[in-house]
Amino acid sequence: MADEPTPKKRNEFLYFALRNKKLRVGLTVLLFFVLIGAFGTLLTDNPPEAFVGPASSPPSSDFWFGTTFFGQDVFAQFVVGLRATFIVGALGGGLATLIGMLVGFVAGYRGGMVDESLNVVTNIVLVIPTFALLLIISAYFEVRGLIMESLFIGVTAWPWAARAIRAQTLSLRSREFVDLARTSAMRPLRIIFTEIAPNMMSYLVMAFILEFGGAILIAATLDFIGLGPTTGFSLGIMMQYAVLWGALPLGTWWWFVPPGAAIAAIVGALYFMNVGLDEVFNPKLRET
Amino acid sequence: MRRYFGRKLAIYLVTFFLAVTIDWLIPRLMPGDPIQNMLARAALNANAAERMYTYYTHAFQLDLPVWQQYLNFWNALFHGDLGISTYLFPTPVADIIKDAIPYDMFLLLPSILLSWWAGNKFGAFAARTKRLDNTALPITYLLTATPYMWLGILLAWLFGIVLGWFPIAGAYSYTMSPHLSWTFVGSVLKHWFLPFASLFLVGFGGWAIGMRNMIIYELEADYSHYLEALGAPRRLIRKYAFRNAILPQVTGLALQLGVIVAGALVTEVVFSYPGIGYLILEAIQNQDYFLVQGCFLFIIMGVLLANFLIDVVYVIVDPRTRRGMVGE
Repeated sequence: MADEPTPKKRNEFLYFALRNKKLRVGLTVLLFFVLIGAFGTLLTDNPPEAFVGPASSPPSSDFWFGTTFFGQDVFAQFVVGLRATFIVGALGGGLATLIGMLVGFVAGYRGGMVDESLNVVTNIVLVIPTFALLLIISAYFEVRGLIMESLFIGVTAWPWAARAIRAQTLSLRSREFVDLARTSAMRPLRIIFTEIAPNMMSYLVMAFILEFGGAILIAATLDFIGLGPTTGFSLGIMMQYAVLWGALPLGTWWWFVPPGAAIAAIVGALYFMNVGLDEVFNPKLRET
Repeated sequence: MRRYFGRKLAIYLVTFFLAVTIDWLIPRLMPGDPIQNMLARAALNANAAERMYTYYTHAFQLDLPVWQQYLNFWNALFHGDLGISTYLFPTPVADIIKDAIPYDMFLLLPSILLSWWAGNKFGAFAARTKRLDNTALPITYLLTATPYMWLGILLAWLFGIVLGWFPIAGAYSYTMSPHLSWTFVGSVLKHWFLPFASLFLVGFGGWAIGMRNMIIYELEADYSHYLEALGAPRRLIRKYAFRNAILPQVTGLALQLGVIVAGALVTEVVFSYPGIGYLILEAIQNQDYFLVQGCFLFIIMGVLLANFLIDVVYVIVDPRTRRGMVGE
């Protein structure tokens, strides 16, 4: 480390971020899938639900990922499914992080009775197996959409983010610069957003990344059990159909391998990025 | 300690109360009239339809005031009455669930406990061991990021179809009926292995990562550096680090239960393993709402009970909770 040039203070974060291998690998994988999701439709003319080819044919130059039992283009479904996955992750994970921030900031900053009561709510949502909750709610809706699924996931997935943010807020609340802001009659909301939040930006970013990945996994699980969006495709729905229509005994592996592999790669890349970011923000964790 | 348990129990009771209320409320909040829907399918003439409507409204006690319906729901619940399944008519929902529980326990308990134990051991071993950290760690990340059902599908395809080592459906061979013999036990174990393995592997990855990160935090803590400065052997420092790092992992187990249960549900679906997960799929496909509601309540109760057990364990492993030094 001694002979490395000392980075300028402003670029310190970027400097360590770009040097971090975990962060680089994670970002590359994530970008790769974002690009396929965004521009994949340019690579295939087939609509995802149309019966365009011979049934159950293996990957070929015409159908990159082969076709389903019904002769649908797996790659076309995969691209649409990727989009659904990113939408659920961004919306569901984003909403969960927002609620978590709101609850965490207010509980941590106000303390007292507000904190106590918010804590009870957080703990209740925390012990409820949210998947069971999503299950029973979804089961009763006859028409379900992607946005609705994301909202439900967001509304149930926030508690642990709230806990982490609350703990962090609590420790920042009694610092001198916050005291100074308070004595200069700054409004609580402004203190939270201009004094406290910027000092825990790393936490917020990491909470969002984890919530993003978590939302993707929950959505895939719901979709697989048949409680996903009633129209359209998602990676979970692809796997559901593959199992339902005998892809296993028929040995049509190209039907069920890509969707699951994509989810594992995306969520794995997110987790990996998270560890990388942790190391960037916290010098103690860097590998020596 | 009384305060600790008091708080926890209060949370569980409120949660249970809310869960039961949700279970009761959701069908009633949904748009549409269930009896009207049911009669619409039967295509009766107007006169008969009206009579059937009053009959069913009375039979399902929907003519009572709302608060009375709510109280009746609780009353039935305390008598173990979860309604009657429409899909497996006329078996009571409680009986169906009772038959499925042993399979869930048989799958969940070993996979949760073994993956937790093995994952922690491995994570502690891999932390700050450069070569392991760089080779095994990416794999554990992929494992924990894998959707449960996909790992199940992959294992079923690889070991069930391609290699043909294990069966991929049911809890025992279709040609057998349950009895006590070595061949039957062997069949049960053979059918159990793949679903168990997929639950185990995903869990293993998560615990290993958690432990690895915790150990690194602990090794950077002041007491570790102090021990190091005193010239304590590396093994001793790691032993202390492990004992401290295991505490958040116990709490983590409680927090992860919901996710693990969800994973077990879909794994059972993949392997047609006759537990609650498989029941739920059947119930959803056959629109048997009583069964879905019953399964929901059962899962909630199971998770709350497990949470309580973990709390007890936590008191045993962390002496600070006994002395009332930790509020949560």
